[in-house]
Amino acid sequence: MFKPSADGAVAVRLSREERSLLMELASELRSLLDGTTSDPSLRRLFPPGYEDERDERAYRDLTGGELLDGRREALELLAASAQKDRLSAEEADAWLRALNDLRLVLGTRLDVEEGALLDDPRTPELAIYGYLSWLQEQLVAALSSGFPER
Amino acid sequence: MSTTLAPAEVEVEQPREAEDFEYDRPWIVIVWNDPINLMSYVTLVFQKLFGYSRARATKLMLQVHNEGKAVVSSGTREKAEYDVSRLHAHGLWATMRQD
Repeated sequence: MFKPSADGAVAVRLSREERSLLMELASELRSLLDGTTSDPSLRRLFPPGYEDERDERAYRDLTGGELLDGRREALELLAASAQKDRLSAEEADAWLRALNDLRLVLGTRLDVEEGALLDDPRTPELAIYGYLSWLQEQLVAALSSGFPER
Repeated sequence: MSTTLAPAEVEVEQPREAEDFEYDRPWIVIVWNDPINLMSYVTLVFQKLFGYSRARATKLMLQVHNEGKAVVSSGTREKAEYDVSRLHAHGLWATMRQD
């Protein structure tokens, strides 16, 4: 599915259906992030960093906008490069983060538990979650080769 | 004179030392286990953000997975906030506190 090259670029081999699914999912979550971020399925995207409420508010004020912008950009890049056969290092990194955000939101909605059956076809959402997990695993494997063993 | 001043000096010094100690205590960044993030992804994020070797990153990931949490970095409060925000940007469940 993903084949890394020395310059950090990644070759992609996916079906047309897979590519349009990725584009659709990325655009959907991108729009969801335009609305209120209090949607319960988004809570995993913005976890608290501090236990103390006042510290947490200050941390949120400082980093919240940047975190939100970063997520939007990654989703936009995924949607924009979903049809490509070769991803730049920057695009591959955006795919990595955007795929994870999609899994976090979908997994929160589905209330996924550890060790859940990922090929359970009972609901389309669960099937999509399983597919995204598999795809992310492939991308992680491809990108891992760019990091030193020791 | 020296004998009368000495105790006063000690009294002044003590709270300052305590403050310094408070200030110097490092902040630690903790990553918590969650059912969604893939083990391989968590390992990759530790390598990418902290420059850890695959062996060290894997060991930390397994600690998160098996024990529920692991301290992944430490330092000044500013560094901890920076690390936590980068972990949050990658979807990991991270918090910070003074050690």
